[in-house]
Amino acid sequence: MTDSIQTMEPQLSTWQRFLKSHFWHSFKIDRVAQLSFMIFLIYAFLAVFASFIAPFDPYDASQIDIMNSEIPPSWEEGGDELFLLGTDAQGRDMLSTILHGTRVSLTIGLCAVALQALLGIVIGLTAGYIGGRVDSFLMRVADIQLSFSTLMVAIIVLAVFQATFGTELYQQLAMIMLILVIGIAEWPQYARTIRASVLAEKKKEYVDAARVMGFGRLRIMFRHILPNTLSPILVISTVQIANAIISEASLSFLGLGMPVSQPSLGSLISSGFEYIFSGAWWITVIPGVVLIVLVLVMNLLGDWMRDVLNPKLYKG
Amino acid sequence: MEAQSNSLVQINDLYKRFSISGDFLDQLQFKGGKLVRHQEHVHAINGVSLEVMPGEALCVVGESGCGKSTVARTVMGLLTPTAGQVSYRGERIDNLSDKQMLPYRKKMQMIFQNPYASLNPRMTIMETLREPIRFHNPALTASEIRDKIHEVMFSVGVDPSWGERYSHEFSGGQRQRISIARALAVDPEFIVADEPISALDVSIQAQVLNLMMEAQEQRNLTYLFITHDLAVVEHFGTRVAVMYLGTVCELAPTKQLFSSPRHPYTQALMSAIPRLEDNRPDYIKLTGEVPTPVNLPSGCVFHGRCPHANERCKQEIPMLTLLSDGTRVACHGVEENRL
Amino acid sequence: MPLLEVSNLEVCFGLRSGAVKALRDVSFTLERGERLGVVGESGAGKSVLGFSILNLLSRPGHISAGSVRFEGKDLATLAPEELRSIRGNRISMIFQDPMMTLNPVLTIGVQMVECLKAHRKISTKDATYIALQKLKQVQMPSPETRLEQYPHELSGGMRQRIVIAIGLLLDPDIIIADEPTTALDVTIQAEIMDLMLNLCEQNNVALILITHDLGVVSQVSQRMLVMYAGRIIEQGPTKEIINDAQHPYTQGLMNALPQMAIPGQKLNQIKGTMPPLQRIPKGCSFNPRCEYVLEVCKHNLPAFTQSGNCQVACHLVAELNQEKLLVKEV
Repeated sequence: MTDSIQTMEPQLSTWQRFLKSHFWHSFKIDRVAQLSFMIFLIYAFLAVFASFIAPFDPYDASQIDIMNSEIPPSWEEGGDELFLLGTDAQGRDMLSTILHGTRVSLTIGLCAVALQALLGIVIGLTAGYIGGRVDSFLMRVADIQLSFSTLMVAIIVLAVFQATFGTELYQQLAMIMLILVIGIAEWPQYARTIRASVLAEKKKEYVDAARVMGFGRLRIMFRHILPNTLSPILVISTVQIANAIISEASLSFLGLGMPVSQPSLGSLISSGFEYIFSGAWWITVIPGVVLIVLVLVMNLLGDWMRDVLNPKLYKG
Repeated sequence: MEAQSNSLVQINDLYKRFSISGDFLDQLQFKGGKLVRHQEHVHAINGVSLEVMPGEALCVVGESGCGKSTVARTVMGLLTPTAGQVSYRGERIDNLSDKQMLPYRKKMQMIFQNPYASLNPRMTIMETLREPIRFHNPALTASEIRDKIHEVMFSVGVDPSWGERYSHEFSGGQRQRISIARALAVDPEFIVADEPISALDVSIQAQVLNLMMEAQEQRNLTYLFITHDLAVVEHFGTRVAVMYLGTVCELAPTKQLFSSPRHPYTQALMSAIPRLEDNRPDYIKLTGEVPTPVNLPSGCVFHGRCPHANERCKQEIPMLTLLSDGTRVACHGVEENRL
Repeated sequence: MPLLEVSNLEVCFGLRSGAVKALRDVSFTLERGERLGVVGESGAGKSVLGFSILNLLSRPGHISAGSVRFEGKDLATLAPEELRSIRGNRISMIFQDPMMTLNPVLTIGVQMVECLKAHRKISTKDATYIALQKLKQVQMPSPETRLEQYPHELSGGMRQRIVIAIGLLLDPDIIIADEPTTALDVTIQAEIMDLMLNLCEQNNVALILITHDLGVVSQVSQRMLVMYAGRIIEQGPTKEIINDAQHPYTQGLMNALPQMAIPGQKLNQIKGTMPPLQRIPKGCSFNPRCEYVLEVCKHNLPAFTQSGNCQVACHLVAELNQEKLLVKEV
């Protein structure tokens, strides 16, 4: 009865399976994806080890000397070799500040997206699997949420918070507030994508098979359907991280984000803005370039992943 | 209905409609200057009554859209009937909650049509089989569960050493064996098979059919077998129900149905099977289009394509009536001894 | 000269795991007005054969060796413009899914007229007249109204009729039908097959019917090919093969049909599954599944042996023939 084993490929470990997968193969042949991923890894490394790599601690007031303010990058005339990328208006080393700023920006981006994903997955799964009135209600809520732009919601919430509880408290809680606001403002993106793929998965017979087995709703939703919607989650996550970083930068630029004492890339750009016409371009331009490259890399990775993981594009 | 107490599964005057007009706002239409609520339904099954006897294989045959899959899914509780009842050993089961239904889930299992969609692509074969066993037998130890998995895998002819593989590594026939194994894993008495072999190649179809017959012998299973392929039915079924547009038009023991089909539709269906014969077939040509289940024809649903239809067929719905030879037919022509 | 002569056709698919040969050494001929059935299970290469005759393979598939001669011209090497004048015009194709041929956003009439005007210089009025005639030929009820309808307004059987009408539009010499009735119900299938048979006979059109259904082939075709793992393993007159198949695979395929078994008894199954194209066994590709496997089957590829009017690629048949000859000589 047993089929002869020769019709089967040899058993593979998870790692070998990954190496043979379409995902890995298309990564191997795509230079743009490789380069983007490399750059992202470098960013991640620099962000994680910022406090070891940075020559100065920008949060330590004792290391800052106001006399060192607005020193241009070391290759420019008047540059100081001590400060590779120059200093800002307060005399902080730009390199160290940018490294720490990248850390702040990435942390906010990742945490905000994690929050979005959590909300979006739970709401999207519920709406898609249960359907009916629950679905209509949740999706209308999502529509309403989407009709406010993220920035509008963020500006109102953050401004109200600042006005009510004072700037002091706000500066302490800035990072958490930003994560919460950006996280809550953009869950509908996730919820919609996941709902759509849940609706597609729900029709498949393995879900019926699980229902016939008598499994409960939660088990079917999280153990059977959720793992099959991972591809779109992955795609949307990369794009959303880029979006979250931009949102944070925009808010910081508007003065509603990270305080100057704990600068993110956005607040750095903003703090240098007033000096740009006095010739101190580096305070704005260098963090700006860092931010743009980070966002670009995330978007390129997202695009590549969408091409690879969207079965409609590659299975014909 | 006679012999009520003996039947394993009883389907009583079952109706199922699906709305195809969307939600409430989509249903509103302007007609003659008035806002009217307009609803359209697909009448998938219209008054089907069937009994499945213990140990038999009751085959439900029909063409696409005749409601045979809807019957299967309603019996399994995947759909709730619009009207009518489904009973298991005399207990009504169509209105039970998920929790109340749980004991029946062990006894009733289902095999699906598409072997490429019926296994979870993110689970290994081992996980697919372990989950139901553990879920329904929480008292078993890990090694007892493993023995059980090995036993069912072995009985369907899948090497237990392939357990750590994912479903996409298997061919269609092997996947269908694995879904049979999943159904058998909870030791059911009754299995609904919804076109289990129609997605498979001829040589694999034979393997899977043999496997199902073997399992029936060894485990004393009862089947409700849904198919469009009459040739398979002749081989597999104890009794056959022929469905057309949501109604049963003929119900008879297999031998009898194949030796003397009574309903004109059954006759046409049987003559249309392509067989390995040298001469060209003299099949019964049906005229006219198959009506949609949205607007059911009045009277006998088959009258539009029936060569023997008369005025009565267009107006009066024929009932399933028992003939002297044990066949049940829903046809005015047979009743009036015209056919 | 035969109408179509396929010789030593080989089709390669360049995948990242390496090149895979979907067809190997496929040779057959088709005469004017002949009906040829191509039978095989999924993965046997029968659909690829249909596509490669018209050189319709899309990347990564391509014809890597052999020729497809239509009236002496090799379609495998023909210039694209010349190929276009043959596709649809002299050789037309009918697919399993009618929506592969029909455009969902154009009416039936527009599609038929467009197809005619692409190949012939005629007025819209004349083209509409021809289209109407063809719809009548395929016994389409109320053909005039059909011209104004969109494909989605018709049932599956009606759509397949339209596709057949489009296939016949330019009076082709050959129709290649790839599983034309697989998606249809048996009663509709019987109607469509009957219709195709009659139309081919009336118009003296040659038909290549690609299907997995031995029943359909036995009723429609005069000659048939049986394919397994990219090769032809048996070919000859349909009647002869159906009544007395020589190759163990063909025998197994027919014996596996439920109608060949005693009801209630086990079916005669062929063990195992067809190997994937990447891992075709050495020697005869059927040898791991064959009941009568000989040692030679595991090493050497069998050549075609003449057996009656059939050609069979099987060592066993070759050996049995040899024995018969020896017996005669003695």
